[in-house]
Amino acid sequence: MVVFRIDRRSGVATYLQIVRQVEQALRMGALEEGDRLPTAAQVAAATKVNPNTTLKAYRELERRGLAEVRQGAGTFITRSLARAESEPDSPLRAALAEWMTRAQAQGLGPEDVRALFDSVHEAAYPAGGGSGS
Amino acid sequence: MGIEGKRVSDTELPGGPPGAWALEARGLGKRYRRGWALRDCSFRLPAGRICGLVGPNGAGKTTLLKLAAQQATATEGRLATFGVPAADSAALPRFAYLGQDKPLFKRFTVAETLRMGRELNPRWDGAEAERIVRAGDIPLDARIGTLSGGQHTRVAFALAFGKRPELLLLDEPMADLDPVARDEMSGLLMAEATERGTTVLMSSHVLTDLEDMCDHLLVVARGRLRLAGDVDTLVPAHTLVTGLAEDGRAPAALDAHTVIETRVQGRQFHALVRPAGELSDDWETAEPSMEEVLLAHLRAPDAPALLTGASDPDAEGNSAA
Repeated sequence: MVVFRIDRRSGVATYLQIVRQVEQALRMGALEEGDRLPTAAQVAAATKVNPNTTLKAYRELERRGLAEVRQGAGTFITRSLARAESEPDSPLRAALAEWMTRAQAQGLGPEDVRALFDSVHEAAYPAGGGSGS
Repeated sequence: MGIEGKRVSDTELPGGPPGAWALEARGLGKRYRRGWALRDCSFRLPAGRICGLVGPNGAGKTTLLKLAAQQATATEGRLATFGVPAADSAALPRFAYLGQDKPLFKRFTVAETLRMGRELNPRWDGAEAERIVRAGDIPLDARIGTLSGGQHTRVAFALAFGKRPELLLLDEPMADLDPVARDEMSGLLMAEATERGTTVLMSSHVLTDLEDMCDHLLVVARGRLRLAGDVDTLVPAHTLVTGLAEDGRAPAALDAHTVIETRVQGRQFHALVRPAGELSDDWETAEPSMEEVLLAHLRAPDAPALLTGASDPDAEGNSAA
């Protein structure tokens, strides 16, 4: 069962914090297809969040195609976010591997490659949002 | 889990069935010897809401709660609980009230207190009350007078929830609790209210607490109702505006809108307004937090009142009967 952590000073709407934490849990594999999300009452008990806020977050997850609200049964994860792109035979991964082979061939060391990757990554995904490590 | 979706209430429709309003006030007023504590109060609180009751000390919050809880009688106007006159004995089983002092008999044991609850309340849910007490590790044979503040409040909550109320009236329920007890009690309150669909009207000074807990607000100041409505409509009705001051003041163009509060700092002005149409492009705008809207109204008690949606019984199309 995921436990949501609400940061009241983040300036991010509470329902969006729930949405993002579910997405994050999906990416990390902490939540998988078929898992049930905590009920609004469970979220209310743990975080004091109004049930309407939780239901709004779940509707947003439904809209994003990640979860499904089944009347009377609860809200269930319908799609995993562990990306297919990260699997060994995906085209994106192959392209990146090829790029790295070229970098190696041109004599770039591991730190050079990382620095280059980081700088392009930063330009493409500004402000460091998303997962760290 | 029948709760999913249950809260998405269908009571927004104007002139719904009488039970749709947990509370409905029309021209409600209460005068004590020292003067009017509450006056001209008209609003509707839809059933199923968790409503924060906010206002400075002496604004009329406790008076409103007491009128709903049959602890005081109105001097003028009407108040109904689920369509039943609030002073009627038929309203009695439908609400539970926790006053600031949460009076319990000090010499009773916890078990005796719960037995009293059973004997006084036809709809008593003993299992529920006992569960709440046990979850706090409170021995049933302990005397009320020996309990800590948090335990005392827990027993008072158990008594209130054991009554299975449809409307829970709480006057600063967490005020005298330490942080851990406060956290525990608010979790208990939110979980119980969610599971049972209880309407909650709760006064509090802790605005940050209210921000996540409440989906509805009533704001009173100087005995008058200032704001009433769903958080989702009340807060977005306001805009924070920042721009260049003119001669050390907020620009005159701002007066085209309903200005709640303005402040000038250096060359800049900051204002909280209810926009009436487009705001000038020269100004920066942002959506305020609930706390910012509440604080501005508490600092400016004479700002025009705003009742949104079904809260206003006198609005066009809202008048029932």
